[in-house]
Amino acid sequence: MLDFIQQLVSGIALGCVYGLIALGFVLIYKATEVVNFAQGDLMMLGGFFVFTFIGLMGIDYWLGFLFAVCGMAVFGMATERVLVRPILGYPQFSIVMATIGLGYFLRSIAGMIWGTDDLRIETPFSAGVLKIGDLVLAHDKLSVIVATVILCAVLYAFFNYTRMGTAMRATSENMLAAYYMGIPVKRVVSLIWAISAAVAACAGVLLAPITFIHSNVGLVLGLKAFPAAVLGGFGSIPGALVGGLIIGVIESLAGFYLPQGWKDIAPYLVLLVVLLVRPQGLFGLSMRKKV
Amino acid sequence: MRFIFKTDYDQDIRILKHSGYWWSYGVLLAVMLAAPYLLGSYLQSQLVFVFIYAIVGVALMILTGFTGQASLGHAAFLAIGAYTAGFMQSLGVPFIVYFPLAAILTGVVGALVGFPALRLHGIYLVIATIAFAFIVEEVLARWESVTHGNEGMRVRALDLLGMPVPRDSEAFYYLCLLVLVGAVLLALNLLRSPTGRAFVAIRDSETAGKSMGIDLAAYKVKSFAISAAITGLAGVLFAHKMTFISPEMFTLLLSIEFIMVIIIGGAFGVHGAIFGAIFIVMVDPFLTALKDDLPVLVASIGDSLGMSPEAAGQLREKLAKIGSAAGLKGAIYGLIIMMFILFEPYGLYGRWLKVKLFFQLFPLYKRATFKRQKTYVKSERNR
Repeated sequence: MLDFIQQLVSGIALGCVYGLIALGFVLIYKATEVVNFAQGDLMMLGGFFVFTFIGLMGIDYWLGFLFAVCGMAVFGMATERVLVRPILGYPQFSIVMATIGLGYFLRSIAGMIWGTDDLRIETPFSAGVLKIGDLVLAHDKLSVIVATVILCAVLYAFFNYTRMGTAMRATSENMLAAYYMGIPVKRVVSLIWAISAAVAACAGVLLAPITFIHSNVGLVLGLKAFPAAVLGGFGSIPGALVGGLIIGVIESLAGFYLPQGWKDIAPYLVLLVVLLVRPQGLFGLSMRKKV
Repeated sequence: MRFIFKTDYDQDIRILKHSGYWWSYGVLLAVMLAAPYLLGSYLQSQLVFVFIYAIVGVALMILTGFTGQASLGHAAFLAIGAYTAGFMQSLGVPFIVYFPLAAILTGVVGALVGFPALRLHGIYLVIATIAFAFIVEEVLARWESVTHGNEGMRVRALDLLGMPVPRDSEAFYYLCLLVLVGAVLLALNLLRSPTGRAFVAIRDSETAGKSMGIDLAAYKVKSFAISAAITGLAGVLFAHKMTFISPEMFTLLLSIEFIMVIIIGGAFGVHGAIFGAIFIVMVDPFLTALKDDLPVLVASIGDSLGMSPEAAGQLREKLAKIGSAAGLKGAIYGLIIMMFILFEPYGLYGRWLKVKLFFQLFPLYKRATFKRQKTYVKSERNR
C-alpha cells in the first residue's frame, strides 16, 4: 500500500510537471486557437536563460528567476511578431508546422550556444525532502506542485474575471468580431505569447534541478505535456492540470506495476481511449453545427 | 498562351488535358528511364530515395492535401510496410505476394486509425496520430519474435520471381519508378472520381459536404486506408533499400519529414509531393557540400575583394567552425520550414506555377493573382 501511495505521489509530482508545460499550450490555444508545438522548447530556453543568469553570471536565484521569466516573455512577444502574426488566420496546420520548425531551430541553436552537456544550477530546492510518515517527497518536486497549482489558479482567475481575460476569450471565438468590439487584437495576441513564454520559463526554471538543463529536454517533456493538454481538453486551464495529473499518475503506476515498455505508451493508450469516448477532451467544450 | 477548344465533356477530367501534357510528361518519363545510364551510382541511389519519399508524399497528399486530415503518424505506416516485408521475407514468402499484402495490412491499420478520426479534427487528430505512431514504435521495439526488437532486422535483397534485384541495381530503380508512377496515376484518377471530389469537399467544409449527402465517416476512413496502403508499399521499398530496419528509424522526426515533403512541395497538387521529395532528399547532400565548399568560396571572394590573406584565412576558419558545429542541420531545417510557411505557403509547386504564369501572360502578369485573401481566426470549436 505504501508503495502504491509513494508511486501515486511521485506520479502527481510528475503530472504537475506535465501540467505546467501543458498550461503554456492551453494559454495560447485559449486566446488564439493556435497550437504552439515549440512550447517545450520555450521551456528549454527558459532553463538555459536561468542557467546563464545564475550559473554563469552568479546572480541570486530569485532575481535570476525573475530575469529569466522577463527575458522569455520578451522572447515570446518577438516570436509572435516575427513568426505567428503573418500567418495568423491561415489554416491551423500551417501554424503547427511553423512552430515545429521553430522548435527545431531553437533546439539546435541552444545546443550550439550552450553545448550539449547536462547543465545544472544550485537552487534553494535542490536538497531537502519533505517527510510525512513514511512518505518522501523531494523539495524540488514539491516546488513544482505548488507552482503549478498557484499558476493555474492565477491564470484561471485572470481569464475569467479580468477585462483582458474576457478580451482574450472573445479574440479566440472570432477575431474579426472582437476587433469590431474595440479589442486590440494584436496586443492581445502579443500579450498571450508573452504570458505563455513566461509560464514556460517558470517550468524551465523549476524543472532545472529535476531534469537538468539540456537542449532536448523540451522535446521529450513537450511530447508528454501535449497529450496532457489534449486530455484535459485544449483550452481549459484546470483541464491542463487534470490532464497532466492523469498522464503523470498513469505513467508512474504503469512503470511500477506493468512490464517494461508500458510506461511509455500507457499515457498514449489512455489518450486514444479518452479521445474515442470524448473527442473534445475531458473539460473541452465542443459544439458542432447540426446539418 | 494556349486556348483549349472544348468539344467533349470528358475533356475536363482527362489526366492528360492537351498535347502539351503528352510532350512534357513524355520527355520527363524518358529522362527518368534513361537516368540510371546517365547518372552516377550515388545520384541514382538518391533518386531512389526521392521516389520512395515521393510515394509517401503522394499518399499524404491524398490524406492531408485533398481530404484535409492532418497526420503526423505516417512513419508508423511506413514501418508497418517495412516490417511486413522483412518478416514475410524471412518466412520465405515471395515478393509478389508480400508486396500487395503489405499494402492491404497497412490499409487495414490505416482504416482502424481512421475510425477515431471520424470524431476528431484539427489538433486532436494530429495528437491522435502521434499517439498511434508512438504505440507502433513501442510495439516494434517489444515484439521481439517478429521484429527482433531494438536490435533491428536485416532485410535480404529483393527477389522478383526468382530474379534477384539488389538495392543498387537499375532494376530496383525501375521498380521504385514504376510504383511511384502507379501511385501518381492512382491519386490523379482518384481525384477526378466521385470519391476524390468527396475528399475535396470534406477538406473545404465538412458541414457543406455533409449537407450535400457525403457520408463523412466512410470517406474519411477510405482516405486514411488508401493513404496508409500507399505508404505501406513505400515501406516495402524502403526496407529493401535500407537492407536494415530498426524501430528508431521510424520516429516522429520521420513523420515530420513527410509532412515537410508536402508543405515544401505545396499541399494542393500531386506535383507538390514530387517537388517536396526532391527537396527533402537533396537538401542533406547539398548542405554537406555547402559546408565543405562555402568557407573556401567566401574566403576566395573576400580575397578578390582586396581582403588581406590572413583575414580571409580567419574568415574561412570561422565559417568552417560554424559549419561543423553540431546541430547546424537542425537549425537550417527549422529555418527552411519557417521560411516556406511564411513566404511561400504554396510551396515549390506554387512557385513553379507563378513562374509559368509569368511567361504565359508575359507582359501582363500581376503579382496579385496569387495574393492570399486576408482571413481571420474563427473558433474551430463551433464550426
